[in-house]
Amino acid sequence: MNMTTTSAHDEQVAKEPMSARQVDSSQLPIASITSQMTASNHWDHFLARWGVNRSGHRVEPGLYALGHPTPDSSVFVTANYTLSFDALRSALAGQDAYIMALDTQGINVWCAAGKGTFGTDELVHRIEATQLHQVIRHRVLILPQLGAPGVAAHEVKKRSGFRVEYGPVRAADLPEYLRNHQATPEMRRVSFSLRDRLVLVPVELVYALIPLLIVGVVLRSGGAVAAILAGVVLFPILLPWIPTHDLSTKGLILGEVVQLPFALAVLLGRPEMVWWVRAGWVLVYLLAFPPITAFLALNFTGSTSFTSKTGVRREIFAYIPVMAWMFGIGIVAMLALYVRRILGA
Amino acid sequence: MFNSYLSNTLQYKAELCIGCEMCTSICPHAVFARNGRAVTLAHPEACMECGACQLNCPTGAITVDSGVGCAAAMIHAALTGQKEATCGN
Repeated sequence: MNMTTTSAHDEQVAKEPMSARQVDSSQLPIASITSQMTASNHWDHFLARWGVNRSGHRVEPGLYALGHPTPDSSVFVTANYTLSFDALRSALAGQDAYIMALDTQGINVWCAAGKGTFGTDELVHRIEATQLHQVIRHRVLILPQLGAPGVAAHEVKKRSGFRVEYGPVRAADLPEYLRNHQATPEMRRVSFSLRDRLVLVPVELVYALIPLLIVGVVLRSGGAVAAILAGVVLFPILLPWIPTHDLSTKGLILGEVVQLPFALAVLLGRPEMVWWVRAGWVLVYLLAFPPITAFLALNFTGSTSFTSKTGVRREIFAYIPVMAWMFGIGIVAMLALYVRRILGA
Repeated sequence: MFNSYLSNTLQYKAELCIGCEMCTSICPHAVFARNGRAVTLAHPEACMECGACQLNCPTGAITVDSGVGCAAAMIHAALTGQKEATCGN
């Protein structure tokens, strides 16, 4: 980030006596930033996307000056997660404005709002800590729409005097929004486009790395590797095109489709095997492995932008038993086949 | 069949609505629609229970049992005996 002054002003302000509120706003240390993304910013974004040092992608909470803001410039509020902060300052290229980063502990706006860290209390506290009343003349804050699950606008008004204006969902829509401060219905909707889903694949892959190594290198099971890869790579990509609505059933369908080639290969490609041994392996592929894909698909609910707690709870109760039974029967069948092989039948 | 998301905990009392349209602005799934003085529930089945509308409704006309719609968090909470499922940690 291109900061020209210290950004540790938060602690300084906290230590000042109450009379510090009377100081001239020009005395306040406000870090200057630009809309430019440096190579180090891009590298940081890359690492964040791959889940490296997950909660370490932070900026210092506090007030930042973008360009040359005046006491009449707009104030935009965001999280202190670099991907959120950088999306905002990029979108505001060419503008003179203030950006206020709340302390969300390096979590994005929507997730932090859900947790309450991007919330009314933190916003009111940050207004006081940055002495925002002294810095600007107006009393309006522009928040991202997805901050709303954590911020009660009428409470903020009551406690700080600032009116909260909810801007669009995506920072990229800000230039258009700022023309008349009206959001189109499209700007107000969350999407889950192919691009939105693709950016999730790296971090999903990273989390599946150890299981992948175990089943691939130790157990040397192609079916299990395919089941996991289907769950963390194919599933996010193909999500809207897989039949049925629930994520578990979508995952089960995808899991079965992915195992079909393995089942067919053993059924048609191994004529030297007794028919019932081949049938046993078909059972293993179609029962033991698809629930792995289905379970990963169910866990993807946390990454989507539309699943409700009520619905996910229903999914868990409806499908976890099915997955467990299928997996259990499939594993028992597989063990039986291995025992038979060891006994040299 | 195979749709667990047809109903949810969203409840709206139209008689308390003062038409400030905060909910229509902040709902990310266009659940509410402008309709004269009071808003109406246009797509209640699209609600993901994020809780933004309840928190920002100045008259308490909207209630919803909000929380994370995340299976991993809910399973983790169930296994560790936590009451509320949250992301991370």
